[in-house]
Amino acid sequence: MWRACQSERHLGQYYTLPTSHLHTIFPHGLPARYQQQVKTFNEGCVMVRQPALELISYLKAADYSKPAVRYLLYGLKGSGKTMSLCHTIHYCSTQGWLVLHIPDAHLWVKNCKELLPSSYHTSRFDQPIEASNWLRNFRTTNERFLSKIKLRQRYTWTKRESTEKGSPLGELVDMGVSRVKSSSDVVGAVLKELRLQAAETEESEGFRLAVAIDGVNSLWGRTTIKKEDKSPVAPEELTLIHNLRKMIDNNWCGGAVIATLSQTGSLYSPSSAYLPKELLGEEGFDSMDPFIPVPVSNYSEKEFESCYLYYLDRHWLQHPHSENEGKKEIIFLSNRNPSVLERLCAFL
Amino acid sequence: MEWTSSLIVPQDSIKSNWLIPAPPKVLSRQLCVSSALHRKNLAAAGPEKFSEEFIKKQVEEYNIGKRHLANIMGEDPETFTQQDIDRSIAYLFPSGLFDKRARPLMKVRPEFLPGQLKSVQWGADGRPFHFLFYTGKQSYYSLMHDTVAKVLAAEKQQVLLLSEGPVPQDTKPISLVGSRWLLKEELEELLVETISDHDYARFIQLMERLLSLPNCLSEKDFVQRYRKQLEIQSSKQQVAPLQYDENGVAYSTADGRRKTATCTVLLRDCGSGSISINGRDYLHYFPVLQDREQLMFPFHFLDMLGRFDGQCTVGGGGRSSQAGALRLAISRAMLSFLSEGQVESMRQAGLLTPDPRVKERKKPGQEGARRKFTWKKR
Repeated sequence: MWRACQSERHLGQYYTLPTSHLHTIFPHGLPARYQQQVKTFNEGCVMVRQPALELISYLKAADYSKPAVRYLLYGLKGSGKTMSLCHTIHYCSTQGWLVLHIPDAHLWVKNCKELLPSSYHTSRFDQPIEASNWLRNFRTTNERFLSKIKLRQRYTWTKRESTEKGSPLGELVDMGVSRVKSSSDVVGAVLKELRLQAAETEESEGFRLAVAIDGVNSLWGRTTIKKEDKSPVAPEELTLIHNLRKMIDNNWCGGAVIATLSQTGSLYSPSSAYLPKELLGEEGFDSMDPFIPVPVSNYSEKEFESCYLYYLDRHWLQHPHSENEGKKEIIFLSNRNPSVLERLCAFL
Repeated sequence: MEWTSSLIVPQDSIKSNWLIPAPPKVLSRQLCVSSALHRKNLAAAGPEKFSEEFIKKQVEEYNIGKRHLANIMGEDPETFTQQDIDRSIAYLFPSGLFDKRARPLMKVRPEFLPGQLKSVQWGADGRPFHFLFYTGKQSYYSLMHDTVAKVLAAEKQQVLLLSEGPVPQDTKPISLVGSRWLLKEELEELLVETISDHDYARFIQLMERLLSLPNCLSEKDFVQRYRKQLEIQSSKQQVAPLQYDENGVAYSTADGRRKTATCTVLLRDCGSGSISINGRDYLHYFPVLQDREQLMFPFHFLDMLGRFDGQCTVGGGGRSSQAGALRLAISRAMLSFLSEGQVESMRQAGLLTPDPRVKERKKPGQEGARRKFTWKKR
C-alpha cells in the first residue's frame, strides 16, 4: 500500500504487507513469532520505525556507481532489528531490486547434519541441505530475475554436467536445487554472477543488488560443527560462509549490504553483548569496516502507544483492564521492548 | 532441711499471732515411720506450701538484711539494688567454687515474689479463708461468681428501665477496639492458678454475655482489667526523612534482605520509570517475568508506576531472593514519600515485612532437612 512513499510523517503507524508479497518476498525471512502473529491476525502489519526509515533514506540517497555501502543494524535483544531488515527488504523488492536474503546466518554454522568435503576446493566443507533450502527460497523470491540474468561463464559440475555460458540463472538455480550434492558450489556461483552483473547500470539491463544478512556475526565467530576427527571447523572452511564473506567485501558496485547483528543465535558470546565490536570480534569488525551503524532501540512512547492500539484494535488484549490501568503495568514489565511486549500480550 | 508432710506452720506463730485458745494439736505426731514411707509421703504432698505470714516475714527479713548490707558497704540503703547486693556478697564472701549456684547468695526466694506462689489458704484451725476453697480453683470460681453477679445486676436494671417506659438507650457499649481478651496463660498468671481450656472458654463466654447487655458501662473498669491493649503496629515504623540532591530532586535510599541476597536501592523522584540494577537494565537483569512482577508490586500498589527512577545494587542469593530483597528495599525507600495512611496500607499488604524464611538446617540421620533416608523394612 504505502510502498515507496513512507516518510517521517508515518513514524509509528502500521502498514499492511500484501499477502502475495508475504509469500514471495518472505518465504523464510520473518521472525517465527511474527509469522505466528500474521497467521493469527490474518494479515501482516509492520510498524514504520526510525531505523528502517533511516536505512531507506540512505538507500535512496546512495550512489550506486561507487562500491557497495554496508549498513549494520545493531541493538538490544528483541528491539526489532530483524523486523527493520524485513521492512527494508520489502522496500527494496518493491523498488525492483534483486534481494539476496539470508534469514539467519547462524543456521549455517551450527547443527549441520551433513557435511561433505567440497569438490571444488579440497580443504573446504559443503552443507548441501542448507544450501539447497536457501536456493529454493531464493528462487521463490526472485522469480522475475531468473530468466533475465544470463551467466557469463561456463560452470562444470561433474564430468557430465555443466552449465553453459549465456544460459539463464534460473537453470543454474534449478540445477542446484535438484542436485543437492553440488548445491553449495551453485550458491557460490550464483553469488559471483550477481556480484559481477550488479555493477552494470540500469540501461543495460542491470539491476540493483541488496544483500541482506541476518546474524552477520556468525560469519566470523566459531562454529559448533565438527569434523569426523572431532576437531572444530573454522567458519572459513565452510563454502557457504566463504562465499558470503566475498559478498560482504565492498569490491563490487551497484548495490548495498544490509546486515543485522544477532546475539540470540550466536555461539560462544555472552548474552549481554549487543554492540558491533563485541559481537563481530576483531576479524569481523575489520572486514566490515567501514560500515554505517544503525542503532535499533526499544519502542519510544509514541511507538508503544501505536503498538498497543494495534493490539487493542485487533482485540488481542482481552483483559478488561487493558484500556487504562493495565497499560502502565505493561510498560513497566516490558520496558517497551517489542519482543517482550509481544510475549506479554500473548496471554492477556 | 527435711520438711515433714504435715502442716508447715512454725510453732511460735500459733502462740503469738492468733488470740484463739490453743487449738487441738494439728501437727502430726512424729510417728516412727521408716524412711521408705517418708519418701512416699513426701512425693504425695506436692509443692511446698507456706503461709502468708511466713512469706511476709521472709521478705521483711530480706529487706532488713539488705539495709544492713548497704550500711556495711557504706552505700545508700534506699538505692541498693539486687545487683549491688550480689556484688557486695561476692566481695564479702569470696568463693572459689566453680558452680555459680553453690556460691553464697542473698535473694528473695523466687516463689515468694508477689504473684508466684499461693500461700497457705487456711488458718491455724484448718478452716480455709475463702468460701470457695473446696472447689479447688478458688480465684477462678470467685471471679466467675463476681461476673455473674454483675450480669444479674445489669439484667435487673434493664428490666427496671424497660418497666419505666421505652426510654431510648443512649448508653454506648464499651469500646473493644484496640484491645483483646487476656490469653489463657495470662489469666492463669493473674489468678495464680491453673485453669483448663474449658474453664477459660466459659470465662470468655460470660464476659461476652456481660458486654452484650446494654447497661454495662458501669462495669467498664472491671472488664478492662481482663483485656489487654494492643499496640498500633505502624507507629513502630521509622520513616527516614526525604533527602534532596543538587538539582532539587527528592531521593531516598533503603536496604533490603531476603534469604542471603542483600541489596541497596536509591529511588529518585524523576519522571521516568527506568530502573537499573548493577548497571544493567532491569529487563536484562531479570529476564523472567515473575521477578519483574515482584519489582512492580510496590509501585503498582501505590499507583506510582512511572514516577520513580531507581538505581539498585544487589548481590548474593538466587534470582528469586534478589527480586524479593529488591521489593522490600523499594518499599522501604518509598516510605519517605508517603503519607501515614499509605504506610499503614503498605504494612498490611505485607510489603514492609522482611520474609523470615531461610534454608532449614540439614539434620544428622536424615538426608535433608525433612527428608529421611529410604526406609528399608529389613
